[in-house]
Amino acid sequence: MAAVPTIRVQEDAFDLAAETAALSAGRVDVGGIASFVGLCRADDGLEALVLEHYPGMTERALTRIAEEACGRWPLSGCTLVHRFGRIRPGEGIVLVLAASRHRVAALEACAFLIDWLKTGAPFWKREEFADGAARWVEARHEDEARTREWG
Amino acid sequence: MKVLYFAWLRQRAGIGEESVSPPPEVRDVGGLMRWLAARSPGHAAAFADPAQVRAAVNQEFCGPDHPVKAGDEVAFFPPVTGG
Repeated sequence: MAAVPTIRVQEDAFDLAAETAALSAGRVDVGGIASFVGLCRADDGLEALVLEHYPGMTERALTRIAEEACGRWPLSGCTLVHRFGRIRPGEGIVLVLAASRHRVAALEACAFLIDWLKTGAPFWKREEFADGAARWVEARHEDEARTREWG
Repeated sequence: MKVLYFAWLRQRAGIGEESVSPPPEVRDVGGLMRWLAARSPGHAAAFADPAQVRAAVNQEFCGPDHPVKAGDEVAFFPPVTGG
C-alpha cells in the first residue's frame, strides 16, 4: 500500500530532527531517510525573504506531488513542509523527507520532490534588502528543465 | 466569477481578490486577461506582459485557452518561485 504523505504549509520554523524521527517512529522496516532542507541565503545584503502562496491550491499541489512520488518509488513515508511569510537568512524555507527500505528510492524520491516543488507549487519569493529595496525573485529556466527531466 | 492575484500582479492590480461578471464573449483565460486589463490602469499594468503571467482555474494550473465560466475561481500570478 502506498504511504500517506505528510504535507504542511506553515509560517513557523520546522524541526528537521523531529520530522525525521516521526518517519521511523514505532516501525522497524525503514532502511533509510533522505532529506533536503532549503535555507534562506543572505546574498547581496538580503535581510529577509517574504514568501507568498495560494492557500488551498498550495496544499492540493503539494499533496499531488507527494502522491506522485509515493506512486513512483516504494516509500514508507514522505514529508513536505513549506514555510510562508517572512524568513530570515539561515532559516529553513522548505523540508523534504523521503523514507524507504533502501537508499536509492529515498534519495531519488527526495530529488524528485524538491525539483517538482520548485516549479509545481504556487509560492512566490520576494527579497527584502537592508536599504529598503525589495524585488520579486524570477523563475529560473534551469528549474523548469530539471522538472521536465523527471518526465 | 472570483479572480485572485498574487505577487507582483497583486501589487500592480492594487487588489488581491475581486468578483467579476465578464460578458459572454469572454470564454477563456486569455479572453479574461484582456477583459480584466481594461478595468483600470493597475490591471493594465498587471497584464502588460502576458508572457510573464501564469493562471490557474479552480486551483489547477492552466494555459490561456482553458475555458472560464461563471462560478469559477481564476487566479493570475507570475511563474512560481517556491522551494
